[in-house]
Amino acid sequence: MTGDPNLPNRTSSTGQGGPGPGPLGPDETFQDVSGPAELRYVYAVTRPFEGVLPEEGGRGLDGEPPRLLHHEGLVAVVSPVPAADFDEAPLKAHLEDLDWLAGTARTHQAVVTALTAVTTPLPLRLATLCRDDDGVRRLLEDGRARFVRALERLDGRVEWGVKVYAEAAPKKAAAPVAPPSPDKPGAGRSYLQQRLAQKRSRETESRNADALCRTLHTELSQKAEAAQLHRLQDGRISGRTGQNVLNAAYLVPRADSEAFVEQVQALSPEEGGGVTVELTGPWAPYSFTGIGDEEGTA
Amino acid sequence: MTHYTDDHDIDALAQREIALVDLLDRLLGGGVVLSGDLTLRIADVDLVRIDLNALISSVSENVPSPFEDLN
Repeated sequence: MTGDPNLPNRTSSTGQGGPGPGPLGPDETFQDVSGPAELRYVYAVTRPFEGVLPEEGGRGLDGEPPRLLHHEGLVAVVSPVPAADFDEAPLKAHLEDLDWLAGTARTHQAVVTALTAVTTPLPLRLATLCRDDDGVRRLLEDGRARFVRALERLDGRVEWGVKVYAEAAPKKAAAPVAPPSPDKPGAGRSYLQQRLAQKRSRETESRNADALCRTLHTELSQKAEAAQLHRLQDGRISGRTGQNVLNAAYLVPRADSEAFVEQVQALSPEEGGGVTVELTGPWAPYSFTGIGDEEGTA
Repeated sequence: MTHYTDDHDIDALAQREIALVDLLDRLLGGGVVLSGDLTLRIADVDLVRIDLNALISSVSENVPSPFEDLN
């Protein structure tokens, strides 16, 4: 989970500053021209909590357990990170590198997951950075009212992800219909009938998937405190066959999770029906961090 | 059909490898958006090389930052 080999572990800043001023003179150092060599990466905001982060998964981007920066009743969970990787220009470049992005995202997620063992964290968006500890304190101060409201609203809640896939046509229907041969009477008509049957079959599957999505989303929204629809995932990137027709997140009290998961299972169709339901979680409430800002709009 | 009906099963579900695409939905499409000293606007990043636009729900206009008006 940690120590991702994809993560660059540079401690020096060479080669990271874009077009440099040419070779450095003997007395010049990078720090002299570029401000702090380290920035602060903020993973999450929490209330003060008892207990320690689990060792497993509790390591941050620098390979060490994240620091807890207390400020006026709130806690920012931070790691020092090299400016050479996380300052604006190098960060932009890194984010185009899928391996780097994946490594950073998984570490961020690991820290947030470790936090869920001891408290309900308010996760921040990937790559929230401050110059120094004072910057982190300002961040806590500026967002204080919203942090407090969101933490209160999300306390003891988790997020479940539910996706629905309409699978490609079943194998039997996928076989191409042989084109009509001109010397067989009635062959053309038979061909058209087969084509029509295939089309109807696809339409039926599509209708089934639509109906299931509506039912699932309606029922699960009633069970959940809030729901959020994510953009549908592109199969070329998720690597999944089948078309993603629902990508939703539901906010559920941790204590009700078992019942929620059972409900998802109960509403899932039997295998082989051309529609698949996939459940992920429990997640920290990433999709609901804006909750309380817009009451009742979930 | 599998039933995840006890804590052990739910734990097993939680331990399963998380698909990157699901993770990025949340880390780039969710999470509190606010202005640190350095706020990278993910939407500004040129993600064309790996076609991340299709991967990430957030890069679009549909996730307004609730914190922007603070700054």
